[in-house]
Amino acid sequence: MSRAVLGRTIALAALGLAALFPLVVTSATWQNTAILMLMVAQMGVAWNILGGYAGQVSLGHAAFFGTGAYVSTLLALRFGLTPWAGMFAGAGVAAALSLVIGWPCFRLKGHYFAMATIAVGEIVQAVVNGWDLLGGAVGLSLPLHPTGFWPMVFNRSKLPYHYIALGLLLFTLLVNWLVTRSHVGYYLRAIKDEPDAARSLGVSLTRYKLYAIALSSGLAAMGGTLYAQKELLIDPGSTLSTGLSIKMSLVAIMGGVGTLTGPVIGAVLLTAIEEASRMGFGGTGRGTDMVVYGLLIVLIAVYQPSGVLGWIKQRFPASAPAAPPAPASPVEGAAP
Amino acid sequence: MSPPLLAVERLTKRFGGLAANEDVSFNVAAGEIIGLIGPNGAGKTTVFNSLAGFFPPTSGQIRLDGQPVAGLPPERMAALGVARTFQIVRIFKSMTVLENVMVGAMLHHPAVRVATERALSALDFTGLTRRAHDPAGRLTVAEQKRLEVTRALACEPRLLLLDETMAGLTQTEVQEAVELVRRIQARGIACVVVEHVMEGIMPIADRMVVLERGHVIADGPPRAIAEDPAVIAAYLGEEYRAPGP
Repeated sequence: MSRAVLGRTIALAALGLAALFPLVVTSATWQNTAILMLMVAQMGVAWNILGGYAGQVSLGHAAFFGTGAYVSTLLALRFGLTPWAGMFAGAGVAAALSLVIGWPCFRLKGHYFAMATIAVGEIVQAVVNGWDLLGGAVGLSLPLHPTGFWPMVFNRSKLPYHYIALGLLLFTLLVNWLVTRSHVGYYLRAIKDEPDAARSLGVSLTRYKLYAIALSSGLAAMGGTLYAQKELLIDPGSTLSTGLSIKMSLVAIMGGVGTLTGPVIGAVLLTAIEEASRMGFGGTGRGTDMVVYGLLIVLIAVYQPSGVLGWIKQRFPASAPAAPPAPASPVEGAAP
Repeated sequence: MSPPLLAVERLTKRFGGLAANEDVSFNVAAGEIIGLIGPNGAGKTTVFNSLAGFFPPTSGQIRLDGQPVAGLPPERMAALGVARTFQIVRIFKSMTVLENVMVGAMLHHPAVRVATERALSALDFTGLTRRAHDPAGRLTVAEQKRLEVTRALACEPRLLLLDETMAGLTQTEVQEAVELVRRIQARGIACVVVEHVMEGIMPIADRMVVLERGHVIADGPPRAIAEDPAVIAAYLGEEYRAPGP
């Protein structure tokens, strides 16, 4: 079996598992963990368009996730707009915001860009903290009623959230896949590898980086809407924190930056590690997640910059006769 | 008379107080091969970077078909038909050879299928077809340089800027590179070639432009250049004689 066929088989099996899981496992804790995995995976895949393919490491993506959460929530509270529409409105606002932020920040290269995005994330968080319309530090709550499809509120069972999260992840993967199959995807990889060479071939760096950030942040915002609907309470700490931004980048880096399914693998692993450490420390250690992140970043940077997928490719080289084993590609920007 | 394909007019580029190019002027006609030579630090690469849009000139003008283009960014220059290679190769290492060339082909053919076809035919032209699906990072230095040329050709340029594509190559590889430049010219593409390898550039150049300390000190056919006392003093050394045609 060639690696491509094997990969496809594994992907289908994983999809089947994700679809059947909440029907088989009825424990609320496990169901919740599964939804969390799907949501984190979706964020990671969204982040990956900018941070992975285009190589522009953003550590402020929570700003876009939070934008999605706040826009759809505000539209629902003020105008009774269904979150299904609010989700796209949030994506639009986040994409527009990302263009305004991206325009100046893309003048910075490498680490400086990453640092600027941290600053942007912190600024957005500070602004929302002091903005009464958005509930300030207390945040906004959505009503428990009415429930159902259009208000996207379900209180009897977690099942609908699971399938919405799965659907959103698949949609995000589809957008990602379409990008990689178009000239935009090729251009983004070219920009990441050798920006000057890309320019000499007619690629406008600013234009394509802006495409990437708009798509990436729009998709992250859609995840924000889902989070708001699932929790029915959003505040700056939960939707705009730098920890969340780091998590998005970390799952992509763990799984394999610039790969389609890498962030999904990273999300499953990271969520599992987090939940395990939470159970292990029994909730006493607030901040243990940060310790775990730190440790993981160090381990990945030192031992496996190309992530889990990179490790698999090294261990199990493609067996097709013409193709020699893929070399370990040191991934730029993987190290923080 | 129609204007030349490329006209460089009193091009000056200063970095702080240092003038890398001072009043550099020369023309390139359509389909012509120009050898741009000079000692290290003479400002050859600076001329290239200005022509390709990487450095905005301090003063002077660059005209393409008579239109002023000085100060346009590289991506605009590429769209106008000026493609380049780099002195130190800058291939996309995470991509295959074919994908590298596709990025060039996408300038005029963004659809992936068309770009693939164009890239394959460019690879065929430069003789890299059998390497098409290899990771670009696994090519030899000579092949990487050839890949850069292929990628630039995929942009369908009218003017190709080749920056030391023969440096570090073996005798056989230099001959192959010379042959390739000839075939590129036969397609009607003008080439400006920065080269240290004299046996590579002398036989194929229609004209040579010699730079020294940022100034043009000679401009003419290779045989005349090789016998020009100023050029010999500056660069070639007493021993060098142009090889017969």
